[in-house]
Amino acid sequence: MSTLSPVSPGPAGTVLSPAPDGAPGSGPESPPRRPAPFSRANLVQTIAGGYVPLILATLVVVLPLVWMLLSSFKQPGEIITMDLKLLPDTVNLENYKTAMTTVPFGQFFMNSLIVTAVGSSVKVILAILTAYALVFVRFPFKNAIFVLILVALMVPPQVSILPNYILIAGMGGKNTLWGIILPGLGTAFGTFLLRQHFRTLPGSILEAAEIDGAGHWRRLWQVVAPVSVPSIATVALVTVVSEWNDYIWPLIITDRPETMTLPVGLTLLQNSEGNGSGWGILMAGAVLVIVPILLVFAALQRYIVAGLTQGSVTG
Amino acid sequence: MTRQLTDRPPAVAQAAMATPRRPRWSGRARRDFFVFLALALPNLALIAVFTYLPLLNNIYYSTLDWTLGSASATVVGLGNYVTFFTSADAPNVLGTTAVFTVVTVGGSMVLGLLVALALNSKVRGTTFARSAVFAPYVLSGVGVGLVWLFIFDPGYGVLAWLLRGVGQQSPQWINNPQLSLAMVMIVYVWKNLGYCAVVYLAGLQSLPPDVMEAAALDGANGFRRFVNMSLPLLSPTTFFLLITTMLSSLQAFDLIRIMTPLGNGTSTLIYEAYLQAFGAFNRAGYSAAISVVLFAILLIITVLQLRFVERKVHYS
Repeated sequence: MSTLSPVSPGPAGTVLSPAPDGAPGSGPESPPRRPAPFSRANLVQTIAGGYVPLILATLVVVLPLVWMLLSSFKQPGEIITMDLKLLPDTVNLENYKTAMTTVPFGQFFMNSLIVTAVGSSVKVILAILTAYALVFVRFPFKNAIFVLILVALMVPPQVSILPNYILIAGMGGKNTLWGIILPGLGTAFGTFLLRQHFRTLPGSILEAAEIDGAGHWRRLWQVVAPVSVPSIATVALVTVVSEWNDYIWPLIITDRPETMTLPVGLTLLQNSEGNGSGWGILMAGAVLVIVPILLVFAALQRYIVAGLTQGSVTG
Repeated sequence: MTRQLTDRPPAVAQAAMATPRRPRWSGRARRDFFVFLALALPNLALIAVFTYLPLLNNIYYSTLDWTLGSASATVVGLGNYVTFFTSADAPNVLGTTAVFTVVTVGGSMVLGLLVALALNSKVRGTTFARSAVFAPYVLSGVGVGLVWLFIFDPGYGVLAWLLRGVGQQSPQWINNPQLSLAMVMIVYVWKNLGYCAVVYLAGLQSLPPDVMEAAALDGANGFRRFVNMSLPLLSPTTFFLLITTMLSSLQAFDLIRIMTPLGNGTSTLIYEAYLQAFGAFNRAGYSAAISVVLFAILLIITVLQLRFVERKVHYS
C-alpha cells in the first residue's frame, strides 16, 4: 500500500487507506504532514506560519539599523521636519565631517582599534597558554586552579569597577591606553573555552610529537594550536567584539578625549549634540561604532554565535 | 601474530610509565612544574589582581565613609549598608532593579521563544533571519542606545511620527521616570531577544524527532504539542536562559547610561553604584556597599544555578 500511495496521493487514496504511519494527507483531523507542495492550503500555511513571523522578526531588527544609516546622511533640515523623510536627498557625508570636527573622532577610532587589537591579542595568547598548561602539563593543583578560573568566570566585572579604578588610577593609569587595557587582560572565558576544547584532542597526536623530541613550546604551537583554529577563532572573535563594545571601564578611567574609545567618545558627542538638531551627527557616530562589528559579525558569525551561546547545549 | 605480540609490551610499559610510579621530583616533573608556571602564571596573576582582589577591596571600601579622591576615610563598619537600606532611595533602587530584571528577562525569553519557533519553520531564509535577529546582541550598547533615542525622540522620532499618524501625541519618554524605564527596557529586550532565540532554536532542534512525531500521530495539534511536549522538554534550556539573562540584566549598564544619563527612574543597583561613585557625589564607600549588595544577589543566583544544574546533568 505504501508503495502505491506516493504515486497517487489524491484524496481518494487516503479515504480508502487511513494509513497509520502518517501517509501523505491522511485526513483533515490529524496535522497535515506533507500536503501537496503547491496546494493553496499549504501555500497559505507556509506564508502565514513560516514567512510572516520570520519577515516580521527580521524587519524589527533590521529597520532601526537601516534608519540609523539613512539618517546619518541627512541634513538637519531633512531630520527636523514633521513629515518623515525616508531617504536622504543625497548621500551626504557632512554629518561625518561634523562629528570628526566637534570631537576628535579619528582619535577615538584609533584608540578603539589599538585597545581592541592589543587587548584581544594578549588575551587570546594568555588563554592558549593557560589552557595548554591546564590540559597537557603536569602540575599538582590543576583542578583547584581550574575551579578558581571557573569562579572568576562568574564574577561580574561591573562590581569591580570602583576597586579597579582606585588601583589603576593609583598606578598612574588614568587617561592612558594601558590603563584601559590592563584590568581586562586576564581571561577566564577564553581559558575555559579552550581548555574544554583541548581536552577533546586525541592524546596520540601529542605522543607522536613527544617521541619526536618536541618540547612543550613546539607541541603547543606546531600540534595543538593548528588543530584548534576554529576554537581559537571563536575565542578571538568574542574577545574582539567585547573589547570593541566595552563601555563602563573606559568611561570611568578616561575623562580626556585623547585616550577615549569610540563608545566613550560617542557619549561626549551626545553631550554636545544631544538636542534635536544633532541627530544626524549622532547617527554618523553610531554608524562608526556599530558597522565595523556588524561587518565582522556578517563574515564570521558562525564562530561568534557558537562562542556566545557556549554552555547552552552542554548545559 | 608475532607482530602483535611484540607490539603489545611497549604499550603496556608506556601505560605503566604514565602512572605516577616514578619518584615525585624527577627531572621531568620539576621541569613541568616550571613550564606550567611560565605558561599559566601571567593569566592567573591578572585574574587574581583584577578579579579576586577587587572583590575583597570592595568589601573593605564598603566599610568606609570615604569621598572618592580624598586622602582620608573613616571606618563606619556597616554604616553604609544601614544608610542604604534605610534611605528613601533603597525601595526605589531595589524596586527598579526588580522591575527591570523581571520585565527584560521575561520579555526576551518569551519573544525569543516565539522568534525561535518562527526560525524553526522549514522555509527558506531562516539562516539569514537567524543571523539578523542575533546581530543586535553583539552591537555596542552605546550605539544602539543612541539609535533608539532618536527613534523615541518626541519631536522628530519615527515613533512620534507613527503616533501622529493615528492622531496621538508622543509621550515625553525622557522626562517621565516610568516612561524612561519602559523605554530602556524595550530597547534592552530588542537587543537581547536574539540571544534567547538562538539558544531556544538549538533546544528546539535537539528535541527527539520520534517523540514529536508520535505526538503528532496521536492527533495532538501544533499548539497542544508545543504546550505538552516541546515546552516541558525545553525546560533545561529555559532554566539555562533564565539564569544567564537574569545575570546579564542585573549587570545592564550601557543602555541605561546612554539613554538616561541622570538615572531618572532607571537607577538599578549597578547604575546607582556607578552614579554614587562617579556621578556628582563621589561617595566611594557608599557605592562599594551597593556593589557588594549586587554581588551578593548575583552570587545567590549563581549558586542556585550550580546546585540545580548538578541535578539536571543526571536528568539528561
